[in-house]
Amino acid sequence: MDLKDKLVSSFMAFENTVDVNHPVHEVRSEAIKNFETLGFPSKKMESWKYTSLKSILKPQLSVFPKKETSLDYKDVKQYFIHEIESYKIVFVDGVYSSHLSETSHEGLDVCLMSAALSKPKYRLLIENYFNKIAVKDGLTSLNTAFSKEGAFINIPRGVVVEKPIQILHFTTGVESSLLTQPRNLVVVGENAHVQIIERHQSLTDNPTFTNCVTEIFANKRGIVDYYKIQNDRDEASLIDNTYISQQRNSHVSVHTFSLGGKLTRNNLQFFQKGEYLDSTLKGVTITDKKQHVDHSTLVHHAQPNCESHQDYKGIYADKSTGVFNGQIIVEKEAQKTNGFQQSNNILLDDTATINAKPQLEIFADDVRCSHGCTIGQLDDEALLYLRSRGIPKKEATALLMFGFANNVLESVKIPQLKQRITKLIASKLGVNLGFDL
Amino acid sequence: MAYTEEELKKELETKEYEYGFYTDIESDTFPVGLNEDIVRAISKKKEEPEWMTDWRLEAFRVWKEMEEPEWANVKYKKPDFQAISYYSAPSKKPKYDSLDEVDPELLDTFKKLGISLDEQKKLAGVAVDVVMDSVSVATTFKKTLAEKGIIFCSISEAIREYPELVKKYIGTVVPRKDNFYAALNSAVFSDGSFCYIPKGVRCPMELSTYFRINQAGTGQFERTLVIADEGSYVSYLEGCTAPMRDENQLHAAVVELIALDDAEIKYSTVQNWFPGDKEGKGGVFNFVTKRGICETNAKISWTQVETGSAVTWKYPSCVLKGDNSIGEFYSIAVTNNYQQADTGTKMIHLGRNTKSTIISKGISAGKSQNSYRGLVQINGRAENARNFSQCDSLLMGNECGAHTFPYIEAKNKTAQIEHEATTSKIGEDQIFYCNQRGIDTEKAIALIVNGFSKEVLNKLPMEFAVEAQKLLEISLEGSVG
Repeated sequence: MDLKDKLVSSFMAFENTVDVNHPVHEVRSEAIKNFETLGFPSKKMESWKYTSLKSILKPQLSVFPKKETSLDYKDVKQYFIHEIESYKIVFVDGVYSSHLSETSHEGLDVCLMSAALSKPKYRLLIENYFNKIAVKDGLTSLNTAFSKEGAFINIPRGVVVEKPIQILHFTTGVESSLLTQPRNLVVVGENAHVQIIERHQSLTDNPTFTNCVTEIFANKRGIVDYYKIQNDRDEASLIDNTYISQQRNSHVSVHTFSLGGKLTRNNLQFFQKGEYLDSTLKGVTITDKKQHVDHSTLVHHAQPNCESHQDYKGIYADKSTGVFNGQIIVEKEAQKTNGFQQSNNILLDDTATINAKPQLEIFADDVRCSHGCTIGQLDDEALLYLRSRGIPKKEATALLMFGFANNVLESVKIPQLKQRITKLIASKLGVNLGFDL
Repeated sequence: MAYTEEELKKELETKEYEYGFYTDIESDTFPVGLNEDIVRAISKKKEEPEWMTDWRLEAFRVWKEMEEPEWANVKYKKPDFQAISYYSAPSKKPKYDSLDEVDPELLDTFKKLGISLDEQKKLAGVAVDVVMDSVSVATTFKKTLAEKGIIFCSISEAIREYPELVKKYIGTVVPRKDNFYAALNSAVFSDGSFCYIPKGVRCPMELSTYFRINQAGTGQFERTLVIADEGSYVSYLEGCTAPMRDENQLHAAVVELIALDDAEIKYSTVQNWFPGDKEGKGGVFNFVTKRGICETNAKISWTQVETGSAVTWKYPSCVLKGDNSIGEFYSIAVTNNYQQADTGTKMIHLGRNTKSTIISKGISAGKSQNSYRGLVQINGRAENARNFSQCDSLLMGNECGAHTFPYIEAKNKTAQIEHEATTSKIGEDQIFYCNQRGIDTEKAIALIVNGFSKEVLNKLPMEFAVEAQKLLEISLEGSVG
């Protein structure tokens, strides 16, 4: 039996663990059918041309964790941004870990998807938002079919959340064949403001596979800052699907820092549903060994007077592969759109590969859209300048790389987070610069 | 009362295809349909040697196994390959010694196109190998070329006269199995041009061929092979206009360029086939495979102005095989009404220090869709490869679309690739500026479009640049949004 059939048949067993009378279950049943038809993406599909899932789709993958694993805070403290106060929603192998978490229902909801799915007071929200913008492709459908747990964040209108929310998904790797599929939903009301930090982390060197779906709804004038830290271990693979729907005057920005992991695919899709709004997509990717990082972005401009900014920086060393697949669609109605896309890449070794495909599809005439894509290497002269001032080669290279990535780093709005990411990058590059950037 | 946008639009829509006329020359046409017998018959008709017949049959067998590609960003009713006649040649085929003997009707046709042979002759040093439908009927300046050892003739003649050259190079750049249309062309190509420039010779004039689809229901399957031997130089022009037709006509040409060490080939195209009327009815399907291979220090430069055809599917490419070789692609693609164009280039960097430049200008008006699709591939061995790509789109009106699909694949750390694309429209302020200075809106648009396309127009040989500019005006005047 191949993996697809196995997953489809485990859906029946899954049905015993959830409330089948809840309206969401209909969505799930439809999704499993959808997955049955579509299956896993293959390289024959245009959007998966450069990324193959073959190496991680093992037939023994299972969606059911066999046992619960508990963790001590001291063991995982390093993965939190612990320098600041924050709400925390923590999962271990897809199961909520209450003693590591810090949730809230006071004036806002920072809680669990399972709670949102079971409590009647959230029913309306779930009906209005759950699976409403997620694209119905194979992998997302698979997640939808087995959606049960994840983070549920509901910020009512006018609320400015005073501290960031951290979502952490730990995989212990105790069961190497576990397919974890967190499902997150973020609803941000009018004039509300929230900052979210998300991280997927495996704790052992066993192979892990996560297929995560996040839906974010930003209502009028809502502001969302979303940060994704992907610094996983060498054998961890992640497919991260994020779908964002924006209403009039809202601002949503998503920063993705891809430093670790075996195979990382980021499907980041913005759907603009109102006027005068702004979408920001930024990312820094630094890879080595045999890593494979794929950024697939889509900005769908459907309304007039909107903006989008994309800025992705990639540094690829060793035998790693980078993919940037950025798509901007401007519908006929979306006049006065201002779409900007930039992808800069550096190859450090001849064995590294970069495949870029920045696409523009424009149906409106009064628009300003541009995309730029460069592939190059570090400037030898700049390197010489630094080295002639006594900075060793490794540090000089690192400094130049920081400079290269700085455009993205400087727009991180939480100072402690910025510091942490700088440190992560420094350790990835194996340098200690001795100062904070 | 000022000339309004609406008026402009109306005028544009009612602008009929100026070159839509039909020359009544008796043609010798094959029955419709395609099978091995037809392929054999074509080959026989052309008095081809056996190896060529076999080569065609092999291609036909490959083609039968293939499926029509669907990945391009164009929508059209697929042609029925069994409803096409695969051979048509003007039946009066005397061998002319001078222009006076050429069928006057034919000369008339060219006069209407503004490219009469007389005029061509006057325009300093242009040799024209006129392809009317499929068979060459007049070749001028052959003597001058022969003195230099340059071979410029129809491909069927070349197959007969220079079989060793054809055998050595045909299908080496575009193999029969390359794609659906290339396979089809390999099986049934009716005629085309062949050009060979010997070692170290600089071709003294621009070589030029005018293709023209004439017979209703005739597919046009041209095959062009240009070989520039070591250290030689040639500039080749190809221009096309077709008369108005109701049914869709298929054109699946193959062009192969071979630039040996230190050679340079400049290949320019002006394409103005019937684009269909304003309802999108009729028009030519243009599915062309063009590719060149560069050996060490060689250079291939593609320049194209695409204004016609209902559906265009064309990617002139360069395989930069030799070290220090250079590939260039300059293109203007204009679409109007219901035209669809999916065009671009491929630059495959294999050798060290290879360079490529891509400048693509897309102009879409009416309800048309214009796509740029390009690939820049730097292979592991291609040290210090350099690419610069620029794709600009100009949109006129809000019912058209402009799309960019660049693929960039780098496998070498010393590669330097830059790609940039912009999309814009003609600004009201720009028009206003011109109006203020007494330039009417229509002229202003022509001016701005010309400025927008200048980088590419500049690359065309002088004779062509004039015609191209004229074409741009015909295709676009008035269509500002």
